[in-house]
Amino acid sequence: MQQHEAVELGEDKAAKFKSRVGLILFGVYSFIYAGFVFINTWSPETMGIKVAFGLNLAVFYGFFLIILAIVMGIIYNHYCTKMENKLNGEEEENKE
Amino acid sequence: MTYPVSYLAVMFFVVFVALVLGLSFYFARKTKTASGYFAAGGTIHWGVNGIAFAGDYLSAASFLGICGMIAFSGYDGFLYSIGYLAGWIVALFIIAEPMKRMGKFTFTDALDSKFNSKGIQLMAAISTLIVSICYLIPQMVGAGALVKPLLGLEHWVGVLIVGTIVIIIVATAGMTSTTYVQFIKGGLLILFSTILTVSLIINGLHKKPSDEYHDFITLDAVFDGESYTPDSENYKFAGTAKVKDSEFVKLEKDGILTWWKVKGSEGSIILEEALSSTVKPDETVLYNGAPASEGRFFQVGHISKLIMNGKEVEKTGPLNPFSILSVIEDSEIVRFAKTSVKDGENKVTIWYQNPTPGKTIMRPGLKFKVDKGSTFWSKLNFVSLMLALFLGTASLPHILIRYYTVPSQRDARKSTIVAICGIGFFYILTLYMGLGAMTHGVLDLSSSNMSAPLLAKYFGVGLFSIISAIAFATVLGTVSGLIVASSGAIAHDLMDRFMGIKMTEKQKVFAGKVSAFGIGMIAIILGILFKGMNVSFLVGWAFAVAASANLPAIIMLLFWKKTTAKGIAASIFVGIVSALSIILLSPDMFARYGFDKASSPISLSQPGIISIPLSFLTLVVVSLMTQKQKEKA
Repeated sequence: MQQHEAVELGEDKAAKFKSRVGLILFGVYSFIYAGFVFINTWSPETMGIKVAFGLNLAVFYGFFLIILAIVMGIIYNHYCTKMENKLNGEEEENKE
Repeated sequence: MTYPVSYLAVMFFVVFVALVLGLSFYFARKTKTASGYFAAGGTIHWGVNGIAFAGDYLSAASFLGICGMIAFSGYDGFLYSIGYLAGWIVALFIIAEPMKRMGKFTFTDALDSKFNSKGIQLMAAISTLIVSICYLIPQMVGAGALVKPLLGLEHWVGVLIVGTIVIIIVATAGMTSTTYVQFIKGGLLILFSTILTVSLIINGLHKKPSDEYHDFITLDAVFDGESYTPDSENYKFAGTAKVKDSEFVKLEKDGILTWWKVKGSEGSIILEEALSSTVKPDETVLYNGAPASEGRFFQVGHISKLIMNGKEVEKTGPLNPFSILSVIEDSEIVRFAKTSVKDGENKVTIWYQNPTPGKTIMRPGLKFKVDKGSTFWSKLNFVSLMLALFLGTASLPHILIRYYTVPSQRDARKSTIVAICGIGFFYILTLYMGLGAMTHGVLDLSSSNMSAPLLAKYFGVGLFSIISAIAFATVLGTVSGLIVASSGAIAHDLMDRFMGIKMTEKQKVFAGKVSAFGIGMIAIILGILFKGMNVSFLVGWAFAVAASANLPAIIMLLFWKKTTAKGIAASIFVGIVSALSIILLSPDMFARYGFDKASSPISLSQPGIISIPLSFLTLVVVSLMTQKQKEKA
């Protein structure tokens, strides 16, 4: 059955690169998130230790996870855009 | 508790509704194709889409629910914020671009892009409907719950108003109008939550939150073996009730009965004032011994020991974003513990003072059993919840369909990053708003969901009115997204693709609009039927089912070449059934059925840790078993 796309997309030659970088960053973030869940679960008293700016580990680690998501997102976008421009060509990419 | 009607809040809400309805009718004239209706023609700017993501995702559960949970249980509520935000990492790094590349209008399209399988079309559409309806019910019940205290209208009127407005929004211009509703709502929510948080930090902390704050009193008493005699002629002993190790005394003053907690031991007994609600056999409810309209059910939450730089102070003066959290951690806050007793034929709920060290509030353990009194299963429950939050976000159909509204994969990625910035920033604010409500004497113990609007009221009626109007708008934005996702599942996945009904573009749009109307009507009916029930747990169901049913299928389709159509359909089926079965047989649900928790056949309440791997395993086994069919095809 024919499906109707909302928009027609061109070939993305940078797809493999983006997928590989995405997987690596996902692995890094997942590891840090798993560490957070592990400490909360098995050593909650550790979360009460003050670490920086008068904040305890619980709040510091929580804020860190949120800010890290933003920073990693920006870095990911930077490298993906660079590779898209290189492999697909800026003109082609803008057409997408 | 009753609140005076805020006409300013009504005015803001009416202006917002007029704006979004005006936009809807404007865009309606341009919505003539299925692509236009279900995916806004793929023409939305990534910046707008990013904020619309935030508007879609930050539901009443996020705004009202998390702030309320932090206000009542401290840091544990913030764990939801972290889990919900972390889920966006999965969306960004794994899902966003492939979803855009493979999909057309719905999440089912992406899953089915390589197969054209009836099994996938049916199972994915069913999954979309189950997840969306689980998400929809709490939003509609929340709309009714909000409208009663804020506008003085009945629950069903609130549900009807929200349902009708949303049906108009979705049935006029589909995804385009929904996008702009979510964009405006998301932007306003983040802006005014920031204003509220900045006001809170500049205001600092005070031991007595305001001049109007109720001074809780204590009475010395003598116990003669049967009754307590308070050291005050105004109060007369009227009865006692025991709950486990705690004892409560009922005292009468001027014909009004109130409850007090017994503290100390023989020789130095103290009665400490508590709050109570009494449900009589005829279902009338008294708050602190009087009808709600008399206003005796005080707002609470204060700091009993305010410590700044190692010294006890009465107030701190302006603080900064770090020092306010540090001061709360060093101080002691009076929270209120809840217990229920039978008093003759009356059912009494008592809230008594529970001074809690800030150190305990600012670390895990008050809500989730990971600390004192925890068991292996309670810890596993917590891990399972955090896993479902992490993996559930990127599997929610109403979130995934937003990827089809932008022109390119690059825009899909950029809009996800904008969403992470907006949502992440907002979730940081939830910690401040929740702790602010906990310490500023604004808590309504009968409704944690009102914590954020009531904190806004502390800073003036204007801010309260705007925040209340935004709370309504929050429901509108999220419900619109859910109805678009559901109408896509019915009109596109089931009618067009699964049943193969031949339709012109115009007919597809019409089918989408009729489906939106039908789902909207169902949402209104369910919102009215579930009145008074705490159904916020259904959002947890939605995450658990989405993570179990949808994510394994998406991940394996992307990264395992041997994945077959039958494998995907089977994994979605097993994900739905296993997640729902575990939930329905869980100790928490047994308690809701009125049974003993211990009689539940399983010890887990959060299914993710079992149902997600099971769904993955099913996909692998069934795919391997159906490789030959794949080759033939």
